[in-house]
Amino acid sequence: FESCLPSWVLTGAPAYHLILEGILILWIVRLLFSKTYKLQERSDLTLKEKEELIEEWQPEPLVPSVPKDHPALNYNIVSGPPTHIITVNGKECINFASFNFLGLLNNEKVKSAAQASLKKYGVGTCGPRGFYGTFDVHLELEERLAKFMRTEEAIIYSYGFATIASAIPAYSKRGDIVFVDEAACFAIQKGLQASRSNIKLFKHNDMADLERLLKEQETEDQKNPRKARVTRRFIVVEGLYMNTGDICPLPELIKLKYKYKVRIFLEESLSFGVLGEHGRGITEHFGINIDDIDLISANMENSLASIGGFCCGRSFIIDHQRLSGQGYCFSASLPPLLAAAAIEALNIMEDNPDIFQTLRTKCERIHKALQGISGLKVVGESFSPALHLQLEESCGSRENDVKLLKRVVDYCMNSGIALTQARYLEKEEKCLPPPSIRVVITVEQTEQELDKAASLLKEAAQSVLN
Amino acid sequence: MLVAVLTYVGYGVLTLFGYLRDFMRQWKIEKCQNATEREEQKDFVPLYQDFENFYNRNLYMRIRDSWNRPICSVPGAKVDMMERVSHDYNWTFTYTGRVIKDIINMGSYNYLGFAQKTGPCQEAAAKVLSQYGAGVCSTRQEMGNLDKHEELEKLVARFLGVESAMAYGMGFATNSMNIPALVGKGCLILSDELNHASLVLGARLSGATIRIFKHNNMQSLEKLLKDAIVHGQPRTRRPWKKILILVEGIYSMEGSIVRLPEVIALKKKYKSYLYLDEAHSIGALGPSGRGVVDYFGLNPEDVDVMMGTFTKSFGAAGGYIGGKKELIDYLRTYSHSAAYATSMSPPVVEQIITSVKCIMGEDGTTIGRARVQQLAENTRYFRRRLKEMGFIIYGNEDSPVVPLMLYMPAKIGAFGREMLKRNIGVVVVGFPATPIIESRARFCLSAAHTKEMLDTVSLSSCLPSAHNIKNVYIPLKRKCMIISENFFFPAITIPVLV
Repeated sequence: FESCLPSWVLTGAPAYHLILEGILILWIVRLLFSKTYKLQERSDLTLKEKEELIEEWQPEPLVPSVPKDHPALNYNIVSGPPTHIITVNGKECINFASFNFLGLLNNEKVKSAAQASLKKYGVGTCGPRGFYGTFDVHLELEERLAKFMRTEEAIIYSYGFATIASAIPAYSKRGDIVFVDEAACFAIQKGLQASRSNIKLFKHNDMADLERLLKEQETEDQKNPRKARVTRRFIVVEGLYMNTGDICPLPELIKLKYKYKVRIFLEESLSFGVLGEHGRGITEHFGINIDDIDLISANMENSLASIGGFCCGRSFIIDHQRLSGQGYCFSASLPPLLAAAAIEALNIMEDNPDIFQTLRTKCERIHKALQGISGLKVVGESFSPALHLQLEESCGSRENDVKLLKRVVDYCMNSGIALTQARYLEKEEKCLPPPSIRVVITVEQTEQELDKAASLLKEAAQSVLN
Repeated sequence: MLVAVLTYVGYGVLTLFGYLRDFMRQWKIEKCQNATEREEQKDFVPLYQDFENFYNRNLYMRIRDSWNRPICSVPGAKVDMMERVSHDYNWTFTYTGRVIKDIINMGSYNYLGFAQKTGPCQEAAAKVLSQYGAGVCSTRQEMGNLDKHEELEKLVARFLGVESAMAYGMGFATNSMNIPALVGKGCLILSDELNHASLVLGARLSGATIRIFKHNNMQSLEKLLKDAIVHGQPRTRRPWKKILILVEGIYSMEGSIVRLPEVIALKKKYKSYLYLDEAHSIGALGPSGRGVVDYFGLNPEDVDVMMGTFTKSFGAAGGYIGGKKELIDYLRTYSHSAAYATSMSPPVVEQIITSVKCIMGEDGTTIGRARVQQLAENTRYFRRRLKEMGFIIYGNEDSPVVPLMLYMPAKIGAFGREMLKRNIGVVVVGFPATPIIESRARFCLSAAHTKEMLDTVSLSSCLPSAHNIKNVYIPLKRKCMIISENFFFPAITIPVLV
């Protein structure tokens, strides 16, 4: 018996050593055979109880009912094309509500280019860009846009809203930091939500507030430099804000960009085709080198009077969206007739650079004429073609304000000027703007019409608000 | 089994070569050809992490010419493609200026053949274009609601057999903007494993809890439903406000059709709501082309939210949602798209109106009916032919989406190129749209394809000298004999690697 014991036992390992090991082995055996406890509690409900719970559970209705007189439920019905003279709900009016800034919606050349494309390609593209949905018109439009904006490359989306909402999540991921203006439009908000990044809002056009946030971020970074080296930072601003009608201070933003090493994404839906000597947007307006802006995104639904949107910038940045822009890869491409219409509209913009100055003059005219209306204040820059008219004093609740403004709008519609209230999703917006009437100026409106609109608004405000 | 191993080996070899090339690029032995950051911004935090782009640089670049092929004619049964060549292994392309004519198009979603440049649809669209113009320049809630949109919505509601419908400008956006309007925090979304990116994005943006059930697996769905109602919300144990089940009519990568009768039975039993995305199935399934509900002969009112797109079977663009009047009224008020996105372009709307009328037979002809039947015949015939030849085909017998399994990474590129040489355009898909070892070629059948075209395609797919993908066994999950000719794998991989 002694010969089969290991030698160290015989030579005399201390007794306590053996006893300890024996206890350990017994403990292990016990653990192996004992019942395991799951961390998640298993329900001890019987089958009958489960069935009762399933019987009792009542879900909410799929959608709550909407009151019949909800202001957003009853749409204006436009019969015929939404051009300069528009027939709304049966009445003929002058259109001050469609974003047709350069009047290209009814342009014969644009229409005939679209007709030619329709005859060649039919209507739909029947596929996303990756699977036989890339047409030569798409490639041509991308080249033309890149050349017009003087960037290396451009990419087209088939829906204006989806453009910025797909572009932001393609670059900014979870853990990255985005500084965005409070008055950013809903599409930007959705893009930010989809990106799951940290959002930091700064007060509208307040560079001091933005710098404060950037400084705070810098001190955070110094605490954790390793993390800071991989956290991307972006500033998202709009050229001409849809919700407030003013422009962002781009030169200061560029300074902040190089000081704190943040990239800038510029959303130019309203300023493309409006600002700048040749309509190239806010970079031309301020005379800034376009390469300083990392990404410019715009939709083609305002000045270009087509459908869709585009992003432009350096190839280094834009090429990434071709594989990771959700609205680009997983969605059908833009119908060729709309792309052809956009190309023709670009041609017209390039051939007639004086329309931008004409538009600006008209904007300034009406901006001046609308000052001094009792009860309504004008919100927006003097050269912005999309203004807001807000109530000077709110009457207590948003609902009542909306009703009051509706009466003003109805008065104007009955007298031949088509206006609309700016529509928002009240529960979804991060910073809900106050209710307002949207006034849109286009090059097609004559000076008499502008004066008529201004005087009519004065009358309406007089009769409704006093 | 053998194929799985060889596929992994293939990917492994490619990955090794990828690391080698990256190493050579970093040490400047090889020229780096992708675009780089600006000099002034070199000290910014890098925009892309190197690893994210590894797949892009090393695997995708090799076979990049199978995708984004530019065409220059109507995407019908035959299409003209612009020829492009690459002198630097797919980093850049140049167009030779030549046009390859009459390629049989098996890639466009043209199920009923409405992608035409002549015919009543095109004429009606042209008339509306000259009257209304191309754009709208306003949102639905402001000044963008044209009489054409109202007409379209009434027609779509009638076509689907529901009370009311609403149309949107983009199919992807229809999902991503309306699911958040329907469900929110405190609700539960049960989504199929293989749902489209738009459904996944919509579910994420809504803020609801998402649980995934196995593809088309009713037991998995039932288990999730039971657990959800019995246990309530994860930590607070409060009951869920609503449960929404997201399924698609036809899954575009699998070709499988949802088990709608069973899903509806489950939905009724557990009092949840059903959201059916008929992007591929509307117009393509069913004796009268009204989608998967028609195919199974069920009542459209059982489906709470019927969503679909106009891009595939109607040859236009956009999406719709149909359902009860309260649902649509709610969406008119609270949908993100109605308040912030431009409405649909009038000629596109007219194309949809004309094609829907054609399918319903209201334009006085039987063209619509004939096309629906032609598509069903084409589907059956093509699937039978391919199965006879011994390919592995996924999906339901009646679905016009036919995925043909390739598995090997080398075959993805080879199949696409060889078919193009024979004047056939196919779509090949690999990772990340499909699981990494299940790459496939996908054929989308159309009512415009003739029997001769289908014969040409099926014959070309199996010329042995081309690509040796003839596998005569049933997919990996089930067991059977393996007679595969994968010895040629190295012969194809090596030219692709170099």
